[in-house]
Amino acid sequence: MTTTYLGMPGIPTAPKGVGNLRGTEPFPDAARRSLDDPQLRRNVGTATRTIRAKRASVVGEVPDWEQLRAAGAALKDDVLARLPELLVQLEEQVTARGGTVHWARDADEANAIVTRLVQGTGADEVVKVKSMATQEIGLNEALEAAGIAAWETDLAELIVQLGHDKPSHILVPAIHRNRAEIREIFLREMGQVGRAADPALTDEPAALAEAARLHLRSKFLAARVAVSGANFAVAETGTLSVVESEGNGRMCLTLPQTLITVMGIEKLVPSWQDLEVFLQLLPRSSTGERMNPYTSMWTGVTPGDGPQEFHLVLLDNGRTATLADPQGRAALRCIRCSACLNVCPVYERTGGHAYGSVYPGPIGAVLSPQLTGVADNPSLPFASTLCGACFDACPVAIDIPSMLVHLREQVSLEKAAHSRTPTPEAAMMRSLAWVMRNPLRWRAALRSARFGRLLGVLPGAHGRIKALPPPLDRWTTTRDLPLPPRESFHDWWDRERGGGS
Amino acid sequence: MRIGLLVTCLADGLFPQVGKATVQLLERLGHEVGFPREQSCCGQMHTNTGYGRFALPLVRGYVDAFEGYDAVVAPSGSCVGSVRHQHRQIALDAGDTALAEQAGEVASRTYELSELLVDVLGVTDVGAYYPHRVTYHPTCHSLRVLRVGDKPLQLLRAVAALDLVELPEAESCCGFGGTFAVKNADVSAAMLADKMRNVTSTRADVCSASDSSCLMHIGGGLGRLHTGVRTVHLAEILASTRADAA
Repeated sequence: MTTTYLGMPGIPTAPKGVGNLRGTEPFPDAARRSLDDPQLRRNVGTATRTIRAKRASVVGEVPDWEQLRAAGAALKDDVLARLPELLVQLEEQVTARGGTVHWARDADEANAIVTRLVQGTGADEVVKVKSMATQEIGLNEALEAAGIAAWETDLAELIVQLGHDKPSHILVPAIHRNRAEIREIFLREMGQVGRAADPALTDEPAALAEAARLHLRSKFLAARVAVSGANFAVAETGTLSVVESEGNGRMCLTLPQTLITVMGIEKLVPSWQDLEVFLQLLPRSSTGERMNPYTSMWTGVTPGDGPQEFHLVLLDNGRTATLADPQGRAALRCIRCSACLNVCPVYERTGGHAYGSVYPGPIGAVLSPQLTGVADNPSLPFASTLCGACFDACPVAIDIPSMLVHLREQVSLEKAAHSRTPTPEAAMMRSLAWVMRNPLRWRAALRSARFGRLLGVLPGAHGRIKALPPPLDRWTTTRDLPLPPRESFHDWWDRERGGGS
Repeated sequence: MRIGLLVTCLADGLFPQVGKATVQLLERLGHEVGFPREQSCCGQMHTNTGYGRFALPLVRGYVDAFEGYDAVVAPSGSCVGSVRHQHRQIALDAGDTALAEQAGEVASRTYELSELLVDVLGVTDVGAYYPHRVTYHPTCHSLRVLRVGDKPLQLLRAVAALDLVELPEAESCCGFGGTFAVKNADVSAAMLADKMRNVTSTRADVCSASDSSCLMHIGGGLGRLHTGVRTVHLAEILASTRADAA
């Protein structure tokens, strides 16, 4: 009897009906629609190729890159092993510096906390720094339901928001859009929600950036409340950090009266010095830059300087459940750099929307199913050829391929636990294993495979197999199969070598 | 040294010429090759599809079949990858620590063909003759699980009369991915299309690799499009001599 560790029972996963961790359809179906969109494939392909090359060149110039990766992995593993005490230490430090810490078990609690805090200020709009955590919990939708407008200020997030669209990449949310499409969106939408774009707007990147700058400037200057995520939180000092490229984050983190930060509980580092490792790993892996343009750090509140009210919302939303699985927990090392997306041959062709979650690509395929429980994302662990490019690119050395294999096992166990009869696939796998584990049965199977040669005499086959029955017809729609040979290797060996080994 | 051949289930049933070539090559180099007839499959397909628990008897079978050999060789990067990186874990997941230890031990003596030739036997020039224009696809598991690096290319460069041409975007996956090719057939086909475009751009007569499964995928696509490019396993090229070409 096989024993398999299924995590501690009773640890809640991310709840249904809120946030953006579950797709509406299985990955293969969603992927098919992306593949049928040549514009999207061109946009994503061009963008990932560009970022890939930049990353490779700036990573290649760091002589101790592998040691840095090992250090990053070890630091994160240490954080995960000591998470409770470090979170308490962070809370003590933030509180001592004048901030307020809130603990949110899941997306619903986090949304309720932030909504209440914003309402408490009397504001009916907030500016936002790009944040995966708030996308994960669907904060903008929750605020909107409470009559509060949330304005995204990151250029790509703005494009997504104005386009009534969903982000498709961790770093470049609008990677699936090109310049011409962005110009159209700006001209059509900006005037509806604030300062309109100049009707003579071109699709030059500088012109598009200027239009966004003018539109956002009025938002920054009017906002009394900002909402951010966090790249890092230093437990020993209570310091929060956001790294970015555009300066919109710096505006949001310094201008408003009230700052609310929503942070996944795994975003901790133990000490200030540990940032040394991550501030090298992250920009090079993420944007392919040696250093990101803006690194903002703040510790509680400082009288007369910056926001005078600071709230930190610590978000679980399935992270503790992820932590409970020894073979899956390393996914929580992720620093959201997106290097794995940019090197993934599957992501490159499908784009991010196919993954149905705010976390797309390889990291999404291992993180989303763990946050929601595999039953709610059963197709994601299979959205990979296990080619291993992601593992090589990951700055904190998450062994994504091995984790995918582990999660596939969880999916098949989950299916077995919830049905009385095995799925056709499970039945096939079981009978194949039964045949293969017995030499006599295996030899017999090899001999009977010769009957497959009959498929080669069908009209038009020309000695190759052109059509197989379902579900294997999904192979022969685009590929032939060679005819089984007259003699297996086993039989050849026996004939030539007389059966001895 | 006594070398045990893991022929792999795919080569056994569909591509026996790959197994024969491996035997002929190693015997030509003066080694004794054994073929334990109770072998079947490394269990990779089960493990990678989420049925590692069914692969446990296959892991045990592998250990029983190959324990007595100085080295085990397979003409497949992905099967050796499974042996070296999954067998021990499958036994551990099943709570069989004794088997896990044995599996780890046999795995440490299991090599992909180019590793065995270059690292263990210390040869790059195996005396082969192959008068064709060849491009080589390095296969993901050889490259990123086993880290064979340029060993296959070292072997090919030493082959007489062989014209080796570089494959653009060589390190990109061909889209096979085992059951991925059927479960995500559309994405797989899109990846295959790009791989084939790169193969045909080299104007090679032959696309070679060290994995029958990837070659079956690439060859299946090239055949469907009537490109005229053949797929030939590295072992077959290295086993070829002037006598074969004549």
